[in-house]
Amino acid sequence: MALKKTSPTDEFIKGLWRDNPVFIQVLGMCPALAVSNTAINALAMGAATTFVLVMAGLSVSLMRNFIPREARIVSYICIIATFVTCVDYAIMAISIELHRALGAFIALIVVNCLILGRSEAFASKNNPGRAILDGLGMGVGFTFALFFIGVVREILGSGTLFGVELFPEGFQTWTIFVLPSGGFFAMAGWLLVVNWIRQRQDDAAKQAEETAREAAS
Amino acid sequence: MNTPAPVERKRTSAWEMYRAIVGIGAFCALLIVSVFNATAARIADNKARFLSKAVAQVLPASNSTVEVSVDGSGALVAATESADLPVFLGYDEGGELVGAVITAQGMGYADNIRVLYAYSFEKQAITGFKVLESKETPGLGDKVEIEPHFLANFDALDARLDEDGSALANAIVTVKEGEKTDAWQLDGITGATITSVAIGEILNAGSSAWVPVLERHARAFEAPLPMEE
Repeated sequence: MALKKTSPTDEFIKGLWRDNPVFIQVLGMCPALAVSNTAINALAMGAATTFVLVMAGLSVSLMRNFIPREARIVSYICIIATFVTCVDYAIMAISIELHRALGAFIALIVVNCLILGRSEAFASKNNPGRAILDGLGMGVGFTFALFFIGVVREILGSGTLFGVELFPEGFQTWTIFVLPSGGFFAMAGWLLVVNWIRQRQDDAAKQAEETAREAAS
Repeated sequence: MNTPAPVERKRTSAWEMYRAIVGIGAFCALLIVSVFNATAARIADNKARFLSKAVAQVLPASNSTVEVSVDGSGALVAATESADLPVFLGYDEGGELVGAVITAQGMGYADNIRVLYAYSFEKQAITGFKVLESKETPGLGDKVEIEPHFLANFDALDARLDEDGSALANAIVTVKEGEKTDAWQLDGITGATITSVAIGEILNAGSSAWVPVLERHARAFEAPLPMEE
């Protein structure tokens, strides 16, 4: 496979839509389904994951010539776990309440395959600048996706958005949406929308190509 | 032999492996220790503030609190260092004893649940309740923290002692939603059965252990506060 040279902006943009970690690569499903029950939890989880992605990407990229191939996975996991521990302390220092809300899922950032995947597939082969941009793009894309899922789940499951009541008294909330199974429903709905849009984009691109060919002949 | 020699990948020496793994281990350890040291004071501060805020919430009548523990003879003494499950006595502005705040914990549906609740000497009842730590299912188990009819249990949840004052007269139990008939029963939550039953058990265990001691000794306890004769 020939590697295409991409511009630095591309490294950032690709995580947002074309290679979105949740909607396109379908990575990091555990936190995406578990912590997206409210919009604010989704944003906090996204921010914590983005920080770990960027820092792990930077460290792996800086040490890429120092880490032998055979010991790369253990090295990456060690680095990722370190930054997750730092995030854990940082969140406790910022607010005990926020730490209570995110609960056990902070520690689970370690096993988010998105972070290990980007360290292995990208940061270990690119310079620190590109690794940071890639981590930032993937992190922002991950946060967006979690936020979209979280908004749907919070509105339908709790009848609120950012804790503000949206519906008049008597609205029957769909409790299933705050449970893990609701995460799957919300996720499936968004995958449907995203794939439909991509399909339309592809079709439009093909159409344009054909028209151009016909005009040329 | 005509077969081409296999492509030789450069073998990593043991030294390079040790260097990488020990190096990364040391780097990570250093990072964790420095972040821990940098945040430790703030985290301890946050936790203490969170606890004192929670104590003030469950026992709003108190103006000052003092943590107590039981000494070898079974009497109450001012705690020299904070216990894992601290118990406080609360005093109003005039130094009058208004109640006690008890921390208790037990197994819920997902993990340990830690709660803080107030005991009123005047009403002989539990009058305030707050969950300190829980990992119960969002939307179901965590309703014990917000559901109004469940929190209404703590207007006055009977915790009076039996005649010789050594145990609760009636064990605190959780009943099905809407089936509460007695003052010592907790009206449960449909959909959070396991969590609400666990809360009942935690309160019962905490009160069985502490209310007899508090009733016997708390009034005579001399708080180390500047109090009038």
